[in-house]
Amino acid sequence: MTGAATYDVIDASTVIVCCGSGGVGKTTTAAVMGLEAARRGRRAVVVTIDPARRLADALGLEGGLGSEPQRIELDSGADSTGDSSAGDGELWAMMLDTAATFDGLVRRHADSDEQIDRILTNSFYRNIAGALSGTQEYMAAETLHQLHGDDRFDLVIVDTPPSRNALDFLEAPGVLARFLDHRLFRLLMLPTRGGLKVLGTATQPILKAIGKVVGSDVLADSVAFFQAFAGMETGFRERADDVVRLIRAPETSFVVVASPRHDTIGEAVWFATQLVGQGVGVHSAIVNRAHPAFGHGTATDAADAAAAARTAGADDLGVLWDNVAALRTMRDLELDVIAPLADIVGVDRLVVLPLLDGDVHDLDGLMVMAGHLFDHPAVDR
Amino acid sequence: MPPKSEFPLQSLTAARVVVVAGKGGVGKTTVTAVIARAASSAGKRVLVVELDGKPTLAELVPDLEVLAISPPEALDEYLREHGFGRIAKRLKRTGVIDVVGTAAPGIDDIVVLGKIKQLERSGDYDLIVVDGPAAGHAITFLTSAAGLADAVSSGPVRAQADDVLELLHDSERCQVVLVTLPETTPVNEVVETAFALEDDVGVQLGPVVVNGVDLGDPLPDDAAARRAVADLEPATADVLLDAAAFRRARRAMEAGEIARLAAELPIPKVTFPARSAAGLTSADIAELAQILVADTVEAHP
Repeated sequence: MTGAATYDVIDASTVIVCCGSGGVGKTTTAAVMGLEAARRGRRAVVVTIDPARRLADALGLEGGLGSEPQRIELDSGADSTGDSSAGDGELWAMMLDTAATFDGLVRRHADSDEQIDRILTNSFYRNIAGALSGTQEYMAAETLHQLHGDDRFDLVIVDTPPSRNALDFLEAPGVLARFLDHRLFRLLMLPTRGGLKVLGTATQPILKAIGKVVGSDVLADSVAFFQAFAGMETGFRERADDVVRLIRAPETSFVVVASPRHDTIGEAVWFATQLVGQGVGVHSAIVNRAHPAFGHGTATDAADAAAAARTAGADDLGVLWDNVAALRTMRDLELDVIAPLADIVGVDRLVVLPLLDGDVHDLDGLMVMAGHLFDHPAVDR
Repeated sequence: MPPKSEFPLQSLTAARVVVVAGKGGVGKTTVTAVIARAASSAGKRVLVVELDGKPTLAELVPDLEVLAISPPEALDEYLREHGFGRIAKRLKRTGVIDVVGTAAPGIDDIVVLGKIKQLERSGDYDLIVVDGPAAGHAITFLTSAAGLADAVSSGPVRAQADDVLELLHDSERCQVVLVTLPETTPVNEVVETAFALEDDVGVQLGPVVVNGVDLGDPLPDDAAARRAVADLEPATADVLLDAAAFRRARRAMEAGEIARLAAELPIPKVTFPARSAAGLTSADIAELAQILVADTVEAHP
């Protein structure tokens, strides 16, 4: 296929979510899409979850990425698409700050400064902000929602945390709401005429037992947290509903990213199946780092030519043909592994990008990838 | 030129528990399988532990004992064994266990590490190879014990954290083998992770495995290649020259990254040759394991 499907994702979306397992080049792919979008006149912001500063490296930001959107200087001269209509596009990038985003939510929904203080200083809250499973996904979704409403940008591209379950990202906003609905919370609180009354922990055998297991100080913190949070659940729940609506909106596109290995393709197929099952759908799939095709023959042709060259005493030529045979074999194996993904998203929505002869770690490398992603025929089996 | 990496199997299995860690996609599971296979051929009683529920490992080492440890089950078992049997059931039923996990983060990790410690203590195995979590999580996984020991002042969880800390700090009982690829970003990450693990966890680092290195036969240089294809039609000649140039460029990049890793992280390295991860089988694992069992391997320049 050509890059038509990927052009279309940039032109037709206001939000692009890149998902896939770790180490497949999700962050780089998000950056390449952002770069291309900027060249096509969009005002794009790329949000990365990656703590390894990969995006910052690739974008040439030596100081690293901040949690505020930062504008990337683009060299307007290099236009790999040959499309000169792009003029006013912008590329911004930022890193997800889970804790700060969560603090922001607490500030928005709290009734008083006193409540904000009590929550932000509670150590159980700090644990939730950092460690409750799904928090990172939830804050990524929340950040996406905020950027979507920010007039500076008309396209938000986010790479998701490398979770095992693609649906985590869809479901995460509901996690906290459910957490607050928790039975422990209801165990601690008794409705009274004036509001909620906190029960003494000593009266609850189950709490005593928990205290024995984890220590009573940890328990005391959790109880204090649930007390401090009283009254904020509704606000949180409504916001979570808004975020989920945005993620499921037609202008939000999911792109599954993978590399040509049996394990990451397996996960990509799993992701795609789940998304389709949820009625969200997958816009396209990108497989990074496949061995490029050299010539049109088969691996066997090359191996035969190598043998013939050796028979003729041309050893160097034999080595060169062997090399072609090895590279073609590698590519054949990879294309076989990729096939199930093509079956799910459709052959015309699958882009296979070649392994480059160097690592992508700067703007030039991103430009080269953009050329492959948006311009050149990709799969020619 | 780094020294020859001698007896790689010995250094990779120097402790009874080997936690294999590295970022996603570097071949952690492959390296876990190869170490287990090689140690088993060398006569050790080996247990393979996997933590993320992937079925791959059992396929790669079909005849070895593979144990999947999941945090909820480990916690349940732990509570039952420590006299909280009735409570365990209730904690589970009410979902309070999630809240406990959040209240004391790392509790999941600590019960998993505790289970591994228990297996190590059982004396049933000479070597326990753990297919560890991804690099970022490896640090939190291994710091969970120290974190909990700080947060929780008493109770069985605290006792468990203390036991695990003892395991982690004993280089005869436990070491971490980091896996990376000969590429810029993975090398950066492995260097960061190595320093963080030494500083924050104080765990012994085993050799770093550089996986997926192109150790194929040398190619003729560009001039020799041009001479060799001189009689071919130009289109065919270009295919051969392009393919050779591509392979040489990849190898040069790999060599550069391996040299940088040697300079930035002064601990022993073991090199694993590239295999197509597209179609890795138990036969590939056995073949890779042979390299470790051989007395010496040439260190990659």
